[in-house]
Amino acid sequence: MSLAERLADVSGPYFGEFGGRFVPEALIAALDELETEYAKAAGDPAFADELARLHREYTGRPSPLTEVARFAAHATGDTERSGSHPGVRVLLKREDLNHTGSHKINNVLGQALLVKRMGKRRVIAETGAGQHGVATATAAALMDLECVVYMGEEDTRRQALNVARMRLLGAEVVPVTAGTRTLKDAINEALRDWVTNVEHTHYVLGTVTGPHPFPEMVRQFHRIIGEEARGQILERTGRLPDVVAACVGGGSNALGIFNAFLDDEGVALYGFEAGGEGVETGRHAARFSGGAPGVLHGARSYLLQDEDGQTRPSHSVSAGLDYPSVGPAHSWLHDLGRAEYEPVTDAEAMDAFRLLCHTEGIIPAIESAHALAGALRLGRRAVAGGRTGPDGEPYTILVNLSGRGDKDVATAARWFGLLDEGVASEELEKMEGRG
Amino acid sequence: MAATSSTTGPGTTAEPGGVRATAPRAGELIARLRTEENRPALVGYLPVGFPDVERSIEALLTLTDNGVDIVELGIPYSDPVMDGLVIQQAAQAALDAGVRVAHVFEAVRRIREHAPHVAVLPMTYWNPVLRYGVADFARDLAAAGGSGLITPDLIPDEAAAWIAASDEHDLDRVFLVAPSSTPRRLALTAQASRGFVYAASLMGVTGERASVGDRAEQLVSDTRTAGAQNVCVGIGVSTGAQAAQVGRWADGVIVGSALVRPLLGDDPWDVRLRNLAEVTRDLASGVRSARAAHGAH
Repeated sequence: MSLAERLADVSGPYFGEFGGRFVPEALIAALDELETEYAKAAGDPAFADELARLHREYTGRPSPLTEVARFAAHATGDTERSGSHPGVRVLLKREDLNHTGSHKINNVLGQALLVKRMGKRRVIAETGAGQHGVATATAAALMDLECVVYMGEEDTRRQALNVARMRLLGAEVVPVTAGTRTLKDAINEALRDWVTNVEHTHYVLGTVTGPHPFPEMVRQFHRIIGEEARGQILERTGRLPDVVAACVGGGSNALGIFNAFLDDEGVALYGFEAGGEGVETGRHAARFSGGAPGVLHGARSYLLQDEDGQTRPSHSVSAGLDYPSVGPAHSWLHDLGRAEYEPVTDAEAMDAFRLLCHTEGIIPAIESAHALAGALRLGRRAVAGGRTGPDGEPYTILVNLSGRGDKDVATAARWFGLLDEGVASEELEKMEGRG
Repeated sequence: MAATSSTTGPGTTAEPGGVRATAPRAGELIARLRTEENRPALVGYLPVGFPDVERSIEALLTLTDNGVDIVELGIPYSDPVMDGLVIQQAAQAALDAGVRVAHVFEAVRRIREHAPHVAVLPMTYWNPVLRYGVADFARDLAAAGGSGLITPDLIPDEAAAWIAASDEHDLDRVFLVAPSSTPRRLALTAQASRGFVYAASLMGVTGERASVGDRAEQLVSDTRTAGAQNVCVGIGVSTGAQAAQVGRWADGVIVGSALVRPLLGDDPWDVRLRNLAEVTRDLASGVRSARAAHGAH
């Protein structure tokens, strides 16, 4: 990497010492083909035009930017009135309003167009919460591709409605019973399928992890999030935000929004990982506070692992953040000190989830609620530390609201005890697919 | 940016030399079998630690007692993406029973004491070695009498640290090729490998198949053309008849799932060992009959 290169344009296979291609030789030809095809497409105006048309007419881009003042009041806390602090503004980048309900569609449409260019006819995908599986099933329906989605059996229970959605869209959903029966095992199974069927199958990897070129390519398909948000917030507030916050599972929504601000020194970047039941309990998915560099699923990155290098199971109330590794670009930004990563517990995330529902009428995905909880923390920290925007303006936080929470209603109902006595357990079991 | 070393501190100290002094190199062993016995090598896989460390060593010695020339000693790993159900099941059971990476060195030592003529190459996914420290792992493997490593998810492009460590400790390094490998990658892999090249007979994960992939023979031929001295064929080879068929044109026949399968199930352990011995002998007679009526390739 040359010193003059913008951070936003750093490309694979390595981000600093992270990334690479730690996969079986059988997959290398397909990865090379993908890299070549992606490079060709990236230089082809027709590809960009077609993707832009889909974003506009199908996904509903640009997604809006929504200021949430009633929510932000809780980030200011009690000290606001007593001190001279100008307060905290929180603005949400509404990826939850995309078709299929999350940012995942950005990447999937880009990869599906590549699949057509490569002449392959079958796509496979892994999914945790089901968001990426739904997005892939959607694109496959749109573009007439055979689609198989691997999903940990545990996750098919937690996200039964998304399983039904994928099947409605014509995809085959395969519950994975190996290992911990969650996202990492779904990826293992997808990789086994890919090794077997690579000659006519493309693996639509759902995040900025995996072997090169996936981390770079998936970032490119999501950079539109940050590019739109940067223009929108400049127009709305007249300046860049003081901080950008996002949740980090594999890290695609975070990298998508961070990327446009990587070279803006005045903008702090915060990624919020799943702290689960607390990092001290060992039941979490906080790779930066509880992991160490290692190799999983084709890339070297921070990883939850034991002293023998065996992957340690992750834990989170949110299936989409329940992953033991993280995209290599995040490990690079972490070690560079360009972005900060902090854990948010299940309980903090669920409190922020309910707060956004109550104050703004927006039901966020539980994944995104980790970023909301992080924003509350950052706001309170700024007020306590007397930090403001330039010229005494309010401290401004841009949050990527990466997905909507329809899929999480059953989990929330159970968490908060929202159903009437008697019907509660039976109804919840039906909703969660355990009936 | 800071490039930090991935090596850990000094691990278990081991006596240099020892059994290592006589550890056969896989390449020399294969060459000797070719010239003296006109047959391919039989490479047999079992994971250490299944069903527990002690019994896994008994099973490994059963392989060497019944005609296996090279032991591919599996290190159980939590995320084995190149393995099918049979090996996944055994590896997971080994992990559940508490196997540790360091047990592999004990198993290597015990096999080498029992069968000094046999070459032992651990098969490992890369993260356990990274975590142990690549240089430390190479040192301890050499000290235990291991001949080298088979690395299914490490391609030569990512293997600089392993190539340096295996050179320093004079270890074999077995990389894989697949039917999808381009001529350029066959050449790269053949050049980086030492001992033999592992040719995947078909596109897929480990497991028994009704027939060996029809692209395997061409792949072996292409890999030789690309510069490899020895090419062994694995994935999907499970019977003596298949071993005989593959052995006509391959330098070694690699069998995994078919050897693990007899060890699964609830039969008494001695019954399972007898079944393993029987499968091994069938494969051993397969490689011995491979070229009887065909002459050397």
